[in-house]
Amino acid sequence: MLNPISLAFKKAKNESRPALLTYTVAGDSSKKQSLEILKAISNHADILEVGVPHNTPVADGGQIQTSSYRAIKNGIKMNDIFKIVSDFKKSKNSKPVIFMGYYNMIYQYGENNFLKKCKQSGVNGLIVVDLPWPENKNFSKKCKKNLINFIQLLSPTTSNKRLKSITKDSHDMIYYISMLSTTGGKLKVSPKRILANYNKIKKISPKKNCVIGFGITEKTISNFKNTDGLVVGSQICKEITRSLSNRQNPVINVSKMVSKLKKKIS
Amino acid sequence: MKLKKRIPVIDQGDRLGFWGGKFGGNFVPETLKKPIEDLEMQFNKLKNDKNFIKERDKYFKNWIGTPTRFIKLNNLTKHVGGAQIWSKVVSDANGGAHKIYNATVHCLLAKRKGKKVIIGDTGAGYAGKMLSMAAKKFGLKCKIFMGAKDIKRQQPNVKAMKKNGADVIPVYSGSQTLVDAVSECMRYWVANCDTTAMCVGSTVGPAIFVRICGWSTSQISRELKVQLINEFGEIPKKLKLYNCVGGGSSSFGFWNEFMDYNKKQVEFIGVEAGGPSKSKRHAAPLTYGSKIGILHGAAQYVNQNSDGQIEETESISAGLDYPGISPLHCFLKDTKRARYTAASDEEALKAYQIVTKYENLRPSLEPSHAFSVAIKEAKKLSKDTIVIINSCGDAYKDRGILEKRLGKKYVKSN
Ligand SMILES: Cc1ncc(COP(=O)(O)O)c(C=O)c1O
Repeated sequence: MLNPISLAFKKAKNESRPALLTYTVAGDSSKKQSLEILKAISNHADILEVGVPHNTPVADGGQIQTSSYRAIKNGIKMNDIFKIVSDFKKSKNSKPVIFMGYYNMIYQYGENNFLKKCKQSGVNGLIVVDLPWPENKNFSKKCKKNLINFIQLLSPTTSNKRLKSITKDSHDMIYYISMLSTTGGKLKVSPKRILANYNKIKKISPKKNCVIGFGITEKTISNFKNTDGLVVGSQICKEITRSLSNRQNPVINVSKMVSKLKKKIS
Repeated sequence: MKLKKRIPVIDQGDRLGFWGGKFGGNFVPETLKKPIEDLEMQFNKLKNDKNFIKERDKYFKNWIGTPTRFIKLNNLTKHVGGAQIWSKVVSDANGGAHKIYNATVHCLLAKRKGKKVIIGDTGAGYAGKMLSMAAKKFGLKCKIFMGAKDIKRQQPNVKAMKKNGADVIPVYSGSQTLVDAVSECMRYWVANCDTTAMCVGSTVGPAIFVRICGWSTSQISRELKVQLINEFGEIPKKLKLYNCVGGGSSSFGFWNEFMDYNKKQVEFIGVEAGGPSKSKRHAAPLTYGSKIGILHGAAQYVNQNSDGQIEETESISAGLDYPGISPLHCFLKDTKRARYTAASDEEALKAYQIVTKYENLRPSLEPSHAFSVAIKEAKKLSKDTIVIINSCGDAYKDRGILEKRLGKKYVKSN
């Protein structure tokens, strides 16, 4: 049987489009609202990345930092985040969930405890920004044993030799970082070059679902229709910030945005 | 956990960069793996290259000015009435603090790699000032990341950076201090590592930065060893080396050459920032038993909450105001080679008053923390004990704070 993440990719492939992955921060701007946002965008997106906010994020740009600080300031705790996921998973239109965060949060929870809670609440995958290969070898094995997808990251600086080793150790899904940037940077590399790198990865590892993230927005997304999946994060976080400062409902605005994103790649 | 003899501590990490199997490492985004690996290869080769060492020593001697003085504080010794109190006046170094050694080495490495830009973090502003000086000397463009709170409280150093042509980029996130400056600097490197070199301002960060910094500041103990032998004919039988510890670069450099001595003969005392005496907040993870966590790419003892969010610190001294601590010091603590304690804001200020009253020496707020503990302990020690404090920074940068806390008369002569 395919795991829920692979199933989501398969479904998108059957519809001849990339899977749409969204990123929102758990607890932004409140526990309740972030749950509502997940439920709303779940109608359009295929896989939901849930950001675990951390206060010394070494790879996040301004928009995601703003969302994370907002969530932390509102008192979000690791256990609340698990609760948000399990509540979301009980909703009727739920989708696979991937946690994206920094290793210290897992380390403090205890790797085994963390994975146990992930399983209980319905987390399907993990992206740990600051736990690269080969440092992640043990932990990713543990994830696999627990049927949780550990998602390896690749970047333009990853050498060919590394690329081969990393994809070999990866599970069903891999994540290609489009350019040298924190999250939220403007796409500073041509889509052609990004796709060339993407194709290189697919050639080495044709069976794995490879998504592209960083710099993907309403403006750029249609350049990447021929891929397995695309991640949009900062633009959504920015929309939440914008909605809040205009006293509008972020749930409605974000949902509209994700629906538009979906249309652009369908 | 064991400290090995005859192997430099910076080289005692394992294949993945962990000291004692658990401190340090490389908890970095994938994008930084390559530039870090490149820097490791470059450094591992050059640190044993005779020509590179010659080049380093040339700049250390002619530009930084080595050796810095080793002096007896006669009046203070008399006033305290116990051990002999001496100081290694590292603030003699060009720019006024030990941060110049690491900055110079990073610029030499960047230059050889053909980089055009170098970036760095700073708290007290010394790491930034020194990097801006070295960058100027070696023709590199320079960007310094500094917390907005620190920009306000360390103006003299900010002015110096700007005068040297560096861009000073204020960081407004989090507590607006050193911890946020390092995060922002690392983020900038993630986005620009193809063209830009990064210098981390202390023995913190991914393992290679810890090693380069420790290697660079070890100049301090290399000089001191010679000076001790010149003065006493041998390494004294009872020697105590006091140093403030923020990230841990000055202390590590002050101790490195004495690592293999029995601690009964050469004791290391690290003094962390205890913060205001009335506050629960501090910057003393080793003294107050903080748990191991990951900060800025390395596993270390760090102030954090139960979830793993890094906690805000508080200290009068911007240079010590950091929630984490070098993996090297975690290793020295757990192997019991060094002893760690803390001094409060008030104790540091008091020590500053005492030192400046009795001696023609003006330690900045960071080393004033070390003086505080040294003075207290020296009282109870025998006359044949040699107490040495690393006076690793000059108080000129602190004039605003000193004037506010102690009144005008303490800054006039600066
Ligand atoms: C004068 C001085 N001493 C000490 C420190 C603390 O850093 P470290 O522990 O790396 O020496 C600083 C840092 O800015 C400093 O400026």
